[in-house]
Amino acid sequence: MDIDPEDLFRDDSDSDSELFQEREANKELVVYLIDASPRMFVPFSQHEDEKGETHFHIAVNCVLQSLKTQIISRSYDEVAICFFNTKEKKNLQDLTGVYVFNVVDRESLDRATAGLIKEFSIMEESFLNKIGSCYSIFPGSKENTIYNSLWVAQALLRKGSLKTASKRILMFTNEDDPFGSISGVLHRDMIKTTTQRAKDAQDLGISIELLPLSRPDGKFDVSKFYVGLLGLESKEISHFVSSAGERLEDMKDQLKKRMFNKRKVKTLAFLISDGISIEVNSYALIRPTVPGAVTWLDSVSNLPLKPERSFICDDTGALLQEPAKRFFTYKGEKVLFSVDELSEIKRLAPNCLRLLGFKPLDYLKDYHNLRPSTFIFPSDEEIFGSTRIFIALHRSMLRLRRFAVAFCGSSARPQLVALIAQEEISNSSGQVEPPGMHMIYLPYSDDIRYPEEHYLNDDAIASRPTDDQIRKASALLKRIDLKNFSVCQFSNPALQRHYSILQAIALDEDEMPEVKDETLPDEEGMARPGIVRALEDFKAAVYGENHDQEEAASIASKEASAGLASKKRKAIADAATQESANYNWVDLADNGKLKDLTVVELKYYLTAHNLPLAGKKEALISRILSHLGK
Amino acid sequence: MARNKESLTLLLDIGPSMHNALPDVEKICSILVQKKLIYGWNDDVGVVLFGTEETDNDLAKQVGGYDHIVVLNGISTVNRNLLGTLKKLPRGTVAGDFLDAIVVGMDLLIKKFGTTNKGKMRLCLITMLKEDQVGIISEQMKSHGIKLDCIITRMSSGMADQKILVENDSLLSLLGALRTRNISPVTVFRGDLELSSKMKIKIWVYKKTSEERFPTLKKYSDKAPASDRFATHEVKVDFEYKSLEDPSRNVPPEQRIRGYRYGPQIIPVSSDQWEAVKFKPEKSVKLLGFTDASNIMRHYFLKEVYAFIPEPGNKKAGVAVSSIARAMRETNKVALLRCVWRQGQGSVTVGVLTPNISSMDTMPDSFYFNVLPFAEDVREFQFPSFSSFPSSWQPTEQQQDAADNLVKMLDLVPYGRGEILMPDMTPNPVLERFFRFLELKSTKPDSEVPPLDTSLRAVTEPDPDLSENKSVLADFRGCFELKHNPKLRPTRRGEGGENRGYFPIEDFEAMIARRDGSEWVVRGIRSMKIYISDLLENSYEGTPTPRPSTEPEEFNQFLREIFQRWKATDLRGFFEMVASKNISLISKTEAADSDATDSEARSFPAKIYFSSQ
Repeated sequence: MDIDPEDLFRDDSDSDSELFQEREANKELVVYLIDASPRMFVPFSQHEDEKGETHFHIAVNCVLQSLKTQIISRSYDEVAICFFNTKEKKNLQDLTGVYVFNVVDRESLDRATAGLIKEFSIMEESFLNKIGSCYSIFPGSKENTIYNSLWVAQALLRKGSLKTASKRILMFTNEDDPFGSISGVLHRDMIKTTTQRAKDAQDLGISIELLPLSRPDGKFDVSKFYVGLLGLESKEISHFVSSAGERLEDMKDQLKKRMFNKRKVKTLAFLISDGISIEVNSYALIRPTVPGAVTWLDSVSNLPLKPERSFICDDTGALLQEPAKRFFTYKGEKVLFSVDELSEIKRLAPNCLRLLGFKPLDYLKDYHNLRPSTFIFPSDEEIFGSTRIFIALHRSMLRLRRFAVAFCGSSARPQLVALIAQEEISNSSGQVEPPGMHMIYLPYSDDIRYPEEHYLNDDAIASRPTDDQIRKASALLKRIDLKNFSVCQFSNPALQRHYSILQAIALDEDEMPEVKDETLPDEEGMARPGIVRALEDFKAAVYGENHDQEEAASIASKEASAGLASKKRKAIADAATQESANYNWVDLADNGKLKDLTVVELKYYLTAHNLPLAGKKEALISRILSHLGK
Repeated sequence: MARNKESLTLLLDIGPSMHNALPDVEKICSILVQKKLIYGWNDDVGVVLFGTEETDNDLAKQVGGYDHIVVLNGISTVNRNLLGTLKKLPRGTVAGDFLDAIVVGMDLLIKKFGTTNKGKMRLCLITMLKEDQVGIISEQMKSHGIKLDCIITRMSSGMADQKILVENDSLLSLLGALRTRNISPVTVFRGDLELSSKMKIKIWVYKKTSEERFPTLKKYSDKAPASDRFATHEVKVDFEYKSLEDPSRNVPPEQRIRGYRYGPQIIPVSSDQWEAVKFKPEKSVKLLGFTDASNIMRHYFLKEVYAFIPEPGNKKAGVAVSSIARAMRETNKVALLRCVWRQGQGSVTVGVLTPNISSMDTMPDSFYFNVLPFAEDVREFQFPSFSSFPSSWQPTEQQQDAADNLVKMLDLVPYGRGEILMPDMTPNPVLERFFRFLELKSTKPDSEVPPLDTSLRAVTEPDPDLSENKSVLADFRGCFELKHNPKLRPTRRGEGGENRGYFPIEDFEAMIARRDGSEWVVRGIRSMKIYISDLLENSYEGTPTPRPSTEPEEFNQFLREIFQRWKATDLRGFFEMVASKNISLISKTEAADSDATDSEARSFPAKIYFSSQ
């Protein structure tokens, strides 16, 4: 009998980390197959500003972007880049017209590295000289570069088990009829063998996806050849064709979206009412990406260090195993809890979504927010009929303008959530907002604060604006209108800088790259006369005509009093210098005794030497050490 | 920290009309004091009862009148004795006058503090009266710098169902409304909101929401001898970094260097080098522009929310903020900002500013600020259109009607009842449960975790009152059909791995039947345990399971575990069914290597049954 006892009834674990990261087991192995035939190098020139852009360039750019994204999202995905219809060949099978692009110190199918990104980003300039473009499928030639490329890709994807990874081939081409020049039996034969090759790969669990690049004058017709290769159903064909873009920007957008496979966080039971439980999948569409955590290295060998935690009894100094009991000081006494009891307290309800009711949309306030939302989409995989109920509720909620309130019983933080029905929104570049529901984590009363209530006073009444002031403000709002603003149009400058620095260091480059901060206000736009005038009008309306002079006067008087403050500061510094002189800092540092001093004592040194006082004790000590030159 | 000190006076109506509600009032007041003992141990609490037979207050003595009001506890620092007092409130005999009580309460506060403690004084009135009356008074008190929190147990026409009403909506929101933990607000930023380089508004930024975490408990060490009365029982956690080549070698801080991940590589960067090149934006809050509110969808709000308040005492700032906020509301626009809260902060925040128009004359208009995602934070997954699904997945007209009716029926803002589960009024049940358990444990250290209080169940379970119209539910249930996918095999690994087995019993029996090693039996039981736990988590009507008699210890322990874990919930039905099927611990009689005696096995289901009543 072939069953794996460990796997028989899988336990779907749940933790906070799941919300933020996907399991490594979900990784992806991808081969990018980029057509390099001469046709890909014909400039695409419909609009003036798009001159010189080629399909090849677009494809390469897309792949480059996705490699960078993989670095930033710290994914474990592995990629291989492979050109077909090339003059040169480079592949293990030694097949004609296929070139596997790689750099040293990296397997052909591996995680993206700084070296790969660097080389790939400059590869295009020398591509035609070094690798070359050549279309070798023509009458009389026996070569079938598409067949070859699929074979190479499949061989690359032999690595890794399907259990832990999904495998994909992404094909970029602008040739919808690669065997068009060949006729008769040979034509049929070529199609048949190529399609069979693709089917073999698909039977091994590899999915093949096509990213067609079409030009304005000729649509990419999947029905000519690729229908068979991809195994598309008739319904999907129409969907496919309609997604080919009219504009270059749209095409880039589309490619970007289709490069990523969607991955669910988990499957949830959504309990509508007693006895009616449907199945939904949750997806983390929006999660803040942060720079990776610091890994400590040995400064000599640059090898990672292994952090080890040990528990020490404060009373006896004995080394402990991780203690099973926790305590909380209450009424002056230590109340003990076991770890099990603590998790029992948090277990309030079954681990599912439980519908509690509905509210009109305007009852969801702007401050009812704590964490990034989670997207949910129905699934009929386990429970037939789920999607139908979901769609019906979704439609009712949109029609009646209500959101649902549900209790989400996860063990990490059981929480009330709002479910907002989202209608599908599409534009020329495809789907912008998918249909489904967004789950918004609601605060409890314990999580809400009322800072505005701290300043209750009669002045507030005096601060109510006049109609004229509001009118001036409205005029300003209309002037500085970002019509085309779309959420998340900016890259995160901190993150971009973080990774470009690392890339430069990894490649031993001397120059630190400049990263543009897209989040800065548009100074030029703000200086336009219309906007300047609207701002001036508003300023005069709310502040009065002589505001700047008044400000200057008040600053001057503040500076006078600041003179006093600085005297006081100086007195503190003098006192600290005196105190500081009582310690032999060099001696303390050499003998590692700094940690025995109190934070107050450490601050004497810092104040005396005009160093920052912020941070934990450890930070203070290291600041002192570096100041002493240790 | 005296600046954070708060003075609270509880004004409790204990007159006859309140008698039914008093057990709840006692509960709430105890929780309030309990939390004060933990978070606000320096705060003052006073207690005034009204509706009492007797009279005992300063005003009655000095000026006369103010009858049937007793100052139970003058304003003094919160202490444990108060907890006992509040747990057993007397029952009054007279219908009390809440207005007199408020005057007595204010008199207490003013006599104690004069006008010095303005803004930190709070009266909390618990009585039964019409809300609008209280609204007026509360407004007036605010101008005196005293906050009045009113808790009104609902006035209903018939006295008969009053108890139910109290339990269903007030008690929960009452708990939520009592702001038990007063965090003195700390600004995130003070400075200019720069509309441009020439036009700036002075603002202060605070956190509006901030997740109140589960209290941090310290690790306990039992190593100190029992005789040591001064033992701290604390545990110190030490971190050491060991070399990979020589695991016994501890690498001190000065020999360590930071490494950052770049794909599979870890790039060493010294902190000086990093400091020199890292992103260092200037501290500032700058306007990027305005846009239509509809451009920013709600689900893009990323984090905890901030409040932007005009600089206190600065009238110009107040007018500027207020004009923009009101213009925003009129034109349905929002502002986009770029914020760097602190100098030296290594990142920027882009977010959306929305108006918060004050409902009170004495409160300034302000803004809410929500963080928005960057391009890197969003994954544009593509999902099929609902219209592309087969017609068997599309609801029929009749089904759509049933869904509409369900949505209308389960209305959490029912007419005449006020909003149910309003976030501002809904306490975190986990924290409430912890504090109750803490109090219980402090008196009885071996207590078990109590079941979730009925009043808190309103957060986790649907309100039965909403689904009174059974026909809507029956209609909904009747017109949709749900079926398990019969093709799904338990051993199949799905993409996400969430497929639970549908032939667990068959597979389990197969494993139990294996003769090639007892480990299969153990594994089978373990897997079944997970399956049953899963089943319990996901259903309210469990099914009894066959029971093996070959590994009794494993089975018995499991049954005890399930019982421990679930007895407090409403899965009682399951245990009753288990009991009715005579499933119990495997006793020594049944299997010699069992760890359960016959009597324990016999009493096990009974114990469940009775203790869950």
